[in-house]
Amino acid sequence: MTRISMNVDGMKVTDDVAPRTLLVQYLREGLGKTGTVIGCDTSNCGACTVHLDGDSVKSCNVLAVQADGCEVTTIEGLAATATDSSESGLHPMQEAFRECHGLQCGFCTPGMIMQSVDLIKRNPQPSESEIREGIEGNLCRCTGYHNIVRAVQYASGQLATAADTRGATEEVDAL
Amino acid sequence: MTAVDARPDKSSEIGRDRRRKEDARLITGRTRWTDNINLPGMLHLAMVRSPFAHARITGIDTSGAETSENVVAVLAAKDFDESLGVCINAWPITPDQKAPAHPPVAVDRVTFAGEIVAVVAARSAAAARDAAELVEVDYEELPAVVSLEEAVKDEVLAHPDLGTNKSALWVFDSAEAGTGGSVDEAISTAQNGGIVLERTYRQQRLIPAFMEPRSVVCDPTGEQFTVWSATQIPHILRFAFAATTGVPESKIRVIAPDVGGGFGGKLQQTPEEMIVFAMARRLGKPVKYTETRSESLLAAHHGRDQIQKLTLSATKDGQVTGLKVELDANLGAYVAIVGGGVPVLGAFMFNAIYKFPAYQFNCQTVLTNTTWTDAYRGAGRPEATYAIERLMDELAAEVGVDPLEIREKNWIKHEEFPFTTVAGLTYDSGNYEAATAKAKEMFGYDELRREQAERRANNDPIQLGIGISTFTEMCGLAPSRVLGSLDYGAGGWEHAEVRLTPTGKVEVITGASAHGQGHETAFSQIVADRLGVPFEDVEVLHGDTQIAAKGYDTYGSRSLVVGGEALVRAADKVLEKAKPIAAHLLEASVDDLEFSGGRWAVKGTDQGMAIGELATAVFAAHNLPDGVEANLDSEATFDPDNFNFPHGTHLCAMEVDTETGAVKMRRYICCDDIGNIINPLIVAGQVHGGLVQGIAQALWEDAVYDDAGTLVSGSFVDYLLPTAADTISFEIDHTTSPATTNTLGTKGVGEAGTIASTPAVVNAVVDALRPLGVHDVAMPCTPERVWRAINEGSAGGETTGAAAAHFDPSTGMSGNVDRTEGDAQ
Ligand code: FES
Ligand code: FES
Repeated sequence: MTRISMNVDGMKVTDDVAPRTLLVQYLREGLGKTGTVIGCDTSNCGACTVHLDGDSVKSCNVLAVQADGCEVTTIEGLAATATDSSESGLHPMQEAFRECHGLQCGFCTPGMIMQSVDLIKRNPQPSESEIREGIEGNLCRCTGYHNIVRAVQYASGQLATAADTRGATEEVDAL
Repeated sequence: MTAVDARPDKSSEIGRDRRRKEDARLITGRTRWTDNINLPGMLHLAMVRSPFAHARITGIDTSGAETSENVVAVLAAKDFDESLGVCINAWPITPDQKAPAHPPVAVDRVTFAGEIVAVVAARSAAAARDAAELVEVDYEELPAVVSLEEAVKDEVLAHPDLGTNKSALWVFDSAEAGTGGSVDEAISTAQNGGIVLERTYRQQRLIPAFMEPRSVVCDPTGEQFTVWSATQIPHILRFAFAATTGVPESKIRVIAPDVGGGFGGKLQQTPEEMIVFAMARRLGKPVKYTETRSESLLAAHHGRDQIQKLTLSATKDGQVTGLKVELDANLGAYVAIVGGGVPVLGAFMFNAIYKFPAYQFNCQTVLTNTTWTDAYRGAGRPEATYAIERLMDELAAEVGVDPLEIREKNWIKHEEFPFTTVAGLTYDSGNYEAATAKAKEMFGYDELRREQAERRANNDPIQLGIGISTFTEMCGLAPSRVLGSLDYGAGGWEHAEVRLTPTGKVEVITGASAHGQGHETAFSQIVADRLGVPFEDVEVLHGDTQIAAKGYDTYGSRSLVVGGEALVRAADKVLEKAKPIAAHLLEASVDDLEFSGGRWAVKGTDQGMAIGELATAVFAAHNLPDGVEANLDSEATFDPDNFNFPHGTHLCAMEVDTETGAVKMRRYICCDDIGNIINPLIVAGQVHGGLVQGIAQALWEDAVYDDAGTLVSGSFVDYLLPTAADTISFEIDHTTSPATTNTLGTKGVGEAGTIASTPAVVNAVVDALRPLGVHDVAMPCTPERVWRAINEGSAGGETTGAAAAHFDPSTGMSGNVDRTEGDAQ
């Protein structure tokens, strides 16, 4: 057992964990932060993406002990980190996914939103192909990615309305 | 861009882009996935799975596992009693179908890699997994049969005691059914002066790969079992538990909480669910099992896996005269819940949108030492649609005309609806002309054909291919009597309840349980429209058999067209029930009342009463007419008379690098006709997701076994689910010919994109390469396969009869085909 401390979604936590505990297991089982989910065992799906000291990581690929002393933000604490969270109490990226119908079953969604927030932080006005490459490590089986891409565009201020999600003539022509 | 709502009384809810109600919890991580459920004293299971595809179990030593830390029990098949049951096979397609009993835990022989051999229960999931590694199983390997080609030879048997790998033979012949003529006659006529095309297509094996791994929890409290499962079918599952364990339905509550995708992959009563139930019963404690992704890919059912031998006869100008299908379907090691029937569903769709005068379908289902196969998005219809849409392109090439012209020549004209097809289905509505015209315009068809001709003329190393798919499907499973006539073991109705609460809100209960389709939103729209109450006031409850006591669940694009119609009827009953009460309270005659905007008004006065006020009054029950029940609740069960038949025209432009074999999608547009649309935003999402799933079959996904029966594509490293970077954005639109089989006029949309897109993409790849003598590229069209097709030649089948010709878009003329014969891959 190893003693670790971290700040998770604004709450300071200290625990003894087995050294092999993955960060995602610690979040889910240790802290009950079940918003973060596990979709694979090969670090391919991105469903478990959280922010570690502000950068997105696949939390199934990080040991809990490696996060000792870090700030961890999960989907459950995301809205609180936004300086511009909306009236509804959502982070603008969450709002964008809702507005653009960027989710169906929602299983990939927490990871997808966390990854997209990180993408916009690094590149506030990404092109369609930059968005597609930026979320390449996150698999979604439901949406065909079309509306996820729109959601990221919407969050970055490049799309005025969600109605744009149904057609994409200009963008496709530019491909 | 937007849907045309053909309803006469356009409401503010129907056809409106409502943002989804379910998103609030899904985007904030407040979701209840089955794996999130933890109960006091809960035990966790790990499965010991066979590494061999076929082997005799000669010994199991559980002692190491039993004594390891935190382990509570380790069980092999012999340790379970009969109440474990055997997996359900609900669709014996023929009375003499061979279907080996499928015990959830292998008894003395394993028949596919991944089959469960022993089960460990421990106080943590990690402890269970560690202990599972310590279970020692002795296997004596047996010869395994993996591919369909080998299995049909019956040399190596998947189940030696059956004496054959052939499970069933199911035949439809239009001459016998009286729906058309004789195929053999059509073919022999065509051999003299017409065209006979013979082609063989392979539907590779696919994995549904829902993103949420399957998970199941069972809490045995007293005599009651509460089961949470990541399932599409809570109601069918409850029935299955009762049938397989002897515990009555009243003692079983199944909850499908938030479910992370299904695509057909979660419509089993799985061995894992049966084991969890049995373990909870035996240990008297809550039990949970959540699979890993590797286990999911290995042991949750797979889809497709068919070989289709097709013979199409036509006149020399391209009028089809007959189609014969000989199909082998790989069922895997066992006959899954509806696995045997999946190809039978396809039987009705091989003739697609066309007027074929003669049709014969011969389907052989075959057992192998592989994971069982069952429904996967579209179930039977994608396989059929692929075959016929590829064939129509081949026919166009033979005749030397544009592929759209061949389709137009053979399709059912708008004025011919309703139309009974050679397979015996009656298509109620459709307009192939309109959808195709709109699709052509959206695509800029003629312009792209010109560009293609230029590239051909310039010998551009990057060739352009245009792929067409004019698809239809049957959805809205299903009229119960039709299912019965096909020996399917269940019905297809759906159930709904509508209840007004004392504060005037509306509770809606549906038997259609969702896994990402947005039922809570679309169903709220329907009921809000019907009752004239605010959308926000409607609450949809589903996925819990104690709340939604009856239902047939969600698959086959049935929720809206069957479940939605049940809701309409239940809502109408509430209004019927309310009207005399309103008249009584308003002291008016029933005939003097009119209902609109959620309110009864006395004609010609300002007297009236909103539905909410009425609900409060009924709750108080101080002043009700004599003999009236004190509630505004109702229920309805809807069983459709017919399926419904979405259709559409999909056009795809692919760039193919003739030097490297690499393919790149440049453009994909579609114009679908799914009747009236309730929520265009949700519909668009369903189409996008469906398209990518179908495109993935064409280009990337392939569940590959080696000769020994080991699943080579056993993780997301090897099984190539498309990423955002692999795909493009789509342009989609609609035409509307309302369905006549439900009052909403809607048709299903969940599977349409998947069914239509696979042939569109492969037709485009082949179209790009046709001048190089390529007639077929097997799926998935990987660069290697495309390169081989270019360099080794691919005939893709035989043609007899009239001289072969091909369409040259640069001149609009046909010429002789210069073809290099070679193996179809
Ligand atoms: S669970 Fe972490 S990447 Fe899949
Ligand atoms: S929304 Fe279902 S996996 Fe992305």
